[in-house]
Amino acid sequence: MANFYTDNPDLRHHLGHPLMRKIVELKERNYTDVEKFDYAPLNFEDAMDNYDKVLEIVGELCGGIIADNTEDVDHQGPRVENGRVIYADGTKANLEACRKAGLMGMSMPRRLGGLNFPITPYIMAADIVSRADTGFENLWGLQDCAETIYEFANEDQKQRYIPRVCAGETMSMDLTEPDAGSDLQSVMLKATEQPDGTWLLNGVKRFITNGDSDIHLVLARSEEGTKDGRGLSMFIYDKRNGGVTVRRIENKMGIKGSPTCELVFKNAKAELCGSRRLGLIKYVMALMNGARLGIAAQSVGVSEIAYREALAYAKDRRQFGKAIIDFPAVFEMLAVMKAKLDASRSLLYETSRYVDMYKIYEDIAKERALTPEEKAEMKKYSKLADACTPMAKGMGSEYCNQNAYDCIQIHGGSGFMKDYACERVYRDARITSIYEGTTQLQVVAAIRHVTTGTYMTLINSYDSQETPEALMPLKENLRAMTAKYENAVATVGAVKDQAYNDFMARRLVEMAGNIVMGYLLLLDATRNEAFVRSASVYNKLAQSEVARHAEFIAAFTPDQIELYKA
Amino acid sequence: MSLNIVVLAKQVPDTRNVGKDAMKEDGTINRAALPAIFNPEDLNALEQALQLKDANPGSTVTLLTMGLPRASEIIREAIYRGADTGIVLTDRTLGGADTLATSYSLAQAVRKMNDFDIILGGRQAIDGDTAQVGPQIAEKLGIPQVTYAEEILELKDGYVIVKRRLEHGVETVKAPLPCVVTVNGSAAECRPRNAQRVMKYKYAVSPSEKEKLSDELKALVEKRPYLNLNEWSAAYVEADPEQIGFAGSPTKVKAIENVVFTAKESRCLENNDDQIEDLIKELIANHTIG
Repeated sequence: MANFYTDNPDLRHHLGHPLMRKIVELKERNYTDVEKFDYAPLNFEDAMDNYDKVLEIVGELCGGIIADNTEDVDHQGPRVENGRVIYADGTKANLEACRKAGLMGMSMPRRLGGLNFPITPYIMAADIVSRADTGFENLWGLQDCAETIYEFANEDQKQRYIPRVCAGETMSMDLTEPDAGSDLQSVMLKATEQPDGTWLLNGVKRFITNGDSDIHLVLARSEEGTKDGRGLSMFIYDKRNGGVTVRRIENKMGIKGSPTCELVFKNAKAELCGSRRLGLIKYVMALMNGARLGIAAQSVGVSEIAYREALAYAKDRRQFGKAIIDFPAVFEMLAVMKAKLDASRSLLYETSRYVDMYKIYEDIAKERALTPEEKAEMKKYSKLADACTPMAKGMGSEYCNQNAYDCIQIHGGSGFMKDYACERVYRDARITSIYEGTTQLQVVAAIRHVTTGTYMTLINSYDSQETPEALMPLKENLRAMTAKYENAVATVGAVKDQAYNDFMARRLVEMAGNIVMGYLLLLDATRNEAFVRSASVYNKLAQSEVARHAEFIAAFTPDQIELYKA
Repeated sequence: MSLNIVVLAKQVPDTRNVGKDAMKEDGTINRAALPAIFNPEDLNALEQALQLKDANPGSTVTLLTMGLPRASEIIREAIYRGADTGIVLTDRTLGGADTLATSYSLAQAVRKMNDFDIILGGRQAIDGDTAQVGPQIAEKLGIPQVTYAEEILELKDGYVIVKRRLEHGVETVKAPLPCVVTVNGSAAECRPRNAQRVMKYKYAVSPSEKEKLSDELKALVEKRPYLNLNEWSAAYVEADPEQIGFAGSPTKVKAIENVVFTAKESRCLENNDDQIEDLIKELIANHTIG
């Protein structure tokens, strides 16, 4: 039986990144939990061994039961009965296996029943789960909502809810409504405070992933008469209290095992999470950043399965007397798929390490005052995480769609039939560039890091690291790309026209992404020879992409935007 | 009701993933080329034991295995999945045992244990496929046996009701406790390793393994009693030297030969339903399929 962790040595490479030592030391507060918990690590090596062993469990479940159930789950899907969701049989079995393996609440602290894992190994588990069953990754990955309770709820709420999540109860984040999708400021679900301090929720939520979960985070309008985001608060709804029914589930193109629900709230009793009015502007933003990193991981998992399916087929399929992998048109596609996979995975784990660094400092700050150096580090990593998250989600999800497309292409006519996994992969991939903010909205979040220079700072810090002689040509190319990028940023920035700036934003963010991922693969190749090939192939791809965008920007005058208007 | 549950298990070479070098020249198994694994049907037995434990809080599941000292690996594996502790019965004098000597040795170990309510084991091990050890232990202990179990339906008031999977159907039987139940591969799969248990018990060691630990880990194992696994010798279980190992094994291997399947004849069929149906009937009749 396959193990989706151990059969992929790239994962151990990323887990073993040098920054992990610091992350683990901070996360484990110098390994002081060992006196209180029998499963706490003794030291850094022990902690890393724990992550490795637990990821082996994840890999075994994913390569076994979860991958085996994928096809049936895709065909059967969930259904609604009497206002409740009934999962597909395979989904139920998968959830049960994850519960028994203790893979829920992975990043929660031990005192609340969690494994106290940093975000990085947790995200790695998400990457692996997504490869096995992309839709199931949603259900399993919604444990991430516990992070929001941990960060913003009061101690009593943490004590009541988080151990339940760690024991395997599922979560959902109920944000969108029929008239509030990307524009969450328009959320109308009404929250009314009761004399006992609890709240009643009334209204409708739509497109809610796993909407019949045990514990919901709900964005609702607590301030009567308000119309914008400042009138919204975050609530915790416990299914045990009743009041929410599932009106219908969507019939989707992909991730069919993951129920997408329309929910009706009728006097549903809920409790406030955190402070009033901060629902959207603070908590949802935090929740979304976590969710976006989750989708970035899901996308990498899709890229992985797409690449593997395509590679296996190309080796097996013979035409004109040889395996099709021996044709340049096919091996080029495969090499580029692998390069995109590796690039997005490197960016994924770079981002997750940044998230770890600042979140752990934030957590430590609840226990004691940070030193000025620590504060500065927290600020630095928080900014880097903020810059890299939309890039990882935006570009990673586009790459996995491209890989799913090429996967079908390599299968030829067979790929268009329902007989191979690639058609499911293609359908499952499609949502990743849409939910938790479309690629276009990721650009909106990322562009300020182009203009304020966060990406340039990052690029410079990568460039300052030593490169072996053999890899210098790649670095020279990246430097040339960076010059083109800076030039393009200056050209666009010189024009004070918002529409034009917005029009060009995608190109600038993509250029930055190409360069950042190019450097990350260069650093991977410096640390591990196995990455030299992808670093080189991606370098070529990035070079042509950066040149293409640079040329477009140079040859474009702002008035030409009229050509494109509807 | 809390139960003392014993699970018999064996560490076996993974004969399901056999490579080219799985056999030595002389036709015996090249153990070095095959990874050692938890015998699959013993995992089915472990799951039945853990389900009994779930249903009867306070119960303990003890894994008993006979083999090389490294067989403590499967005890850890069982503990990761929910077993409480384990015993590895290991001794040079136990080597070379056939099923008779093995069942005698294990029966001696069971006698040495505290009271037990039920003994579970896999139907058979994939390295020998005899399915004899479980039943022989029952005979030696003078207790009932239920073989080919697929599910333990009920355990109460001193008896157990077991669903058996037979060749042409299912049989439900009732047996008084204590008894031996051997579990079929068609029973529920074993639950996965649990993350917290893996982290908690990964340093669990037998006395001989403990010797090889660093001082730091030795101290840890001493501080945490649950990290100490049991290792029993033939003398400890008061086994009669005449009845164990080679000496106690009447089974003698006369010869082992490699059987290589080769195609002796070929037949061509027309691509039509009649001929395909005839072929299927023929294959069912000679038990090639079905």
